[in-house]
Amino acid sequence: MAVKPRIAVLLFPGTNCERETVRAVQRAGGTPLLVWHADSALGKVDGVIIPGGFSYGDYLRAGALARVSPIMEAVRSFADAGGPVLGICNGFQILVETGLLPGGLLTNASLTFIHRWQPLSLQGSHPRWWDSDLTQTVFPIAHHQGNYFAPPELLTELERNDQIVFRYRADARWPDADADPNGSMAAIAGITNRDGNVLGMMPHPERAWLADAGSADGDILFRSLIATAGGARG
Amino acid sequence: MTTHTKVRILIRLKPEILDPEGKAVAGAIARSGFEPPREARVGKMIELELEGTRKEIEPVVHQICDQVLVNAVIQEYELEWL
Repeated sequence: MAVKPRIAVLLFPGTNCERETVRAVQRAGGTPLLVWHADSALGKVDGVIIPGGFSYGDYLRAGALARVSPIMEAVRSFADAGGPVLGICNGFQILVETGLLPGGLLTNASLTFIHRWQPLSLQGSHPRWWDSDLTQTVFPIAHHQGNYFAPPELLTELERNDQIVFRYRADARWPDADADPNGSMAAIAGITNRDGNVLGMMPHPERAWLADAGSADGDILFRSLIATAGGARG
Repeated sequence: MTTHTKVRILIRLKPEILDPEGKAVAGAIARSGFEPPREARVGKMIELELEGTRKEIEPVVHQICDQVLVNAVIQEYELEWL
């Protein structure tokens, strides 16, 4: 019987989405391990998730203080060695501040905290994160600083290298959600790094697990991650 | 006897970055009965007091800015020595 992949779920002061993230990993067939930000080692893990929340109260900038937490050096080494790293919402902000993902995340153009079910489209081919033929989905968003910024050269590079995974879109079934919740360039909701092993996204897949509540598509992402993490171990 | 030096770091969004907070502030000024400003942009001010002379700490202050305080993708900064 195969051993379940071990997935580190990082905890910073102010993280608040770790429970749902842990449950999502369990549903997908992985073994979640909570790892405290002040630890300097991840231990033997097959994947890393940085969950949502308000690490360090978003002081200075969202994700800015988390980037100098001891655990981030281990995360950087893990990512550099090709291991899968997923950053959700505040996790995306932390990955951008750490430089593991390019670009920047600014305050929403509306200056308000946006929270709603948000239709998304899948872009390109990313089977290690989205092993599905679905090209449209809907996840909850809940953020104040999700406005993705990339200088023109970077935007061109992201598109050329197939690094854009999720984009915001409008859908008549969700009339309150327009195609531009926060001012993000090119409606970018989630991107990978060049090698594709690090994914950062503002929407919350761990909150899309019950079809009656809106969508269970979030589990697709976690199952894909577990399959990738399981395959990576040799 | 040790010397301390104070430095004030002014951090602002790069000029090409949209600043909705600045727009909101400009709107509030206009609504308060003043001439609407042509532009308003909001930044951050951090003061540090460090051991050493300005000559000794200046390169360290730049490193602190680059590694901890400033996101070079979207921000720029200047130093005021106090």
